[in-house]
Amino acid sequence: MKAICLTILIGFLFVLPLMAATDFYIQDVPWDEGKALNLLWDTDADSVLIQKADSAGVWQPIFLGNSTPSSYTDRDLVPNKTYRYRFTSIPMAVDSSFVTAEARPLEQWFYLHKLSYLLILLIISIAIVFYIQTARRGKDYFIRRISGLDSMEEAVGRATEKGKPILFVPGIGDLDDIQTIASLTILSHLAQKSAEYDTELIVPCRFSMVLSAAREVVREAYLKVGKPDAYKEDRIFYLTDDQFGYVAGIDGIMVREQPAANFFLGSFYAESLILAETGYNTGAIQTSGTAQASQLPFFVVSCDYTLIGEELFAASAYLSRDPQQLGSLKGHDFGKVLVIILIILGVITEMIGWHWFKIFFEGVQS
Amino acid sequence: MKRNLPLFFAFFCGILVIVSEFIPHRPFSMMIQTLQDWFMIISGFAILLGQISLFQSNLAKIQQRESGWMYYLAGLISFIIMLLVGIFWGTQETGGLFGHGANIQAAMGSKPFDYLFDYAYQPLSATMFSLLAFFIASAAYRAFIIRSFESNLLMITAIIVILGRTSLGGMLTSWLPESLKFWHLPNLSDFIMEYPNSAAQRAIMISAALGIIGSSLRIILGIERSYLGSDK
Repeated sequence: MKAICLTILIGFLFVLPLMAATDFYIQDVPWDEGKALNLLWDTDADSVLIQKADSAGVWQPIFLGNSTPSSYTDRDLVPNKTYRYRFTSIPMAVDSSFVTAEARPLEQWFYLHKLSYLLILLIISIAIVFYIQTARRGKDYFIRRISGLDSMEEAVGRATEKGKPILFVPGIGDLDDIQTIASLTILSHLAQKSAEYDTELIVPCRFSMVLSAAREVVREAYLKVGKPDAYKEDRIFYLTDDQFGYVAGIDGIMVREQPAANFFLGSFYAESLILAETGYNTGAIQTSGTAQASQLPFFVVSCDYTLIGEELFAASAYLSRDPQQLGSLKGHDFGKVLVIILIILGVITEMIGWHWFKIFFEGVQS
Repeated sequence: MKRNLPLFFAFFCGILVIVSEFIPHRPFSMMIQTLQDWFMIISGFAILLGQISLFQSNLAKIQQRESGWMYYLAGLISFIIMLLVGIFWGTQETGGLFGHGANIQAAMGSKPFDYLFDYAYQPLSATMFSLLAFFIASAAYRAFIIRSFESNLLMITAIIVILGRTSLGGMLTSWLPESLKFWHLPNLSDFIMEYPNSAAQRAIMISAALGIIGSSLRIILGIERSYLGSDK
């Protein structure tokens, strides 16, 4: 009788962990680049251990912790490669209590969580193209005045009167920053004005790529107004890649050469106030513009005119007065209306309790 | 050709990057990284262009004895010294033409390049950054001068936020009962930063994002060409 009881007890101790690890399965993370697997389990145990077989087939622990939530995502995997995992609840009794499973992460053809971004992008892009087309057909759009851009002529005129140069700082971003591109488009217009008025233009650059692009832009601008001889390549120069070294260099230029007009347009970070305050102290007329929201207050305080966010990107269209480009600005306005509608709808649906709307636009990958 | 080829590349790469953003499958999933790598390679070559420009512009100013030419000379000497010590003894784990310079390292405590970087370059950079504190004071003074209703509001808000972020602010309103907890300066400061400030910043960010979409579209479609040097 004792022997029977002992056998049952030992058997029960062996079976207990297996009973706890009732289920373990693996799912490929849907709509991703094939670099993650979801490991899921259903167990009554408090803790679980998951191991993954490495390239030599040796089991390596990847998760040891609470059994809830009953899932773990293994990331940074190689797409289309088969991975083996084994699972057990803690405390484990014998090696046979492991449940083994294998799976292969697969690359998908669409990020479903980005569907909302795609839809918004498509709607805004279609609107912009539509407004460009209608502008091409001759429709005249009203664009509100941007005083920062209207002041460009005033700034160049003042520099000409005083016989002082104009300083143009294209920001501290490289050429892969859209703000730098926007800055260079404004530089093109400014260079034309300075060429017309025979006013010297100084452009210190932080990156070599920006330097080459700025030189090309200014050279073409001087050519366009028929004054290629007035173009001075040595006035568009490289300073340094270092953020504060660049600032020190520009401060030195402002103090020594006393430009009559300063333009700070592009991507700016902590150096924005150092530049703008030094320029303010030299008495120059200052125009700034950036899409860095955190730097705008500094520019607003220290500069005469500030292009806020979107205005920096609208500058080229505004200055060129090209109907097609002006039409595209109407597309921006359409985008604003769309965003306002979405925000209002989002608030209403959240109040009603329809959380799917917010989840859809949040774009969180499952 | 000179104009059309860059326009074609801008269009092709622009569309490719947009498409890659939504397709996780190879080769699209690797496109953005690949293009960024290409950009880094081109940037690497362009660095030489920058160095030549730096050298030439400084040298010309020294030769012409322009005002403050000694600063340009100091810049040029610093540039040459850093370049030479980097080439001769390398930086950190990387050796130079003369190896790692064990004797020099023993005397200086580190490689000459690292020594200059740590004890000359870094303090100078930090000095420049620290100027920000003084500039903030002067800019804040100008911003808070009461001239209009808006500047009045700005000053009051700033005082609340400044006080709310200090222990003094907490002390000043610590006597307030639980029912008036909202008016406790640190809570009021948090409220201003979390709601009105965030809302305004997000509005700017949303409009900037729309501007980026419009600007990118103009460049991709070839409507905006002035970044190439000419708008025609």
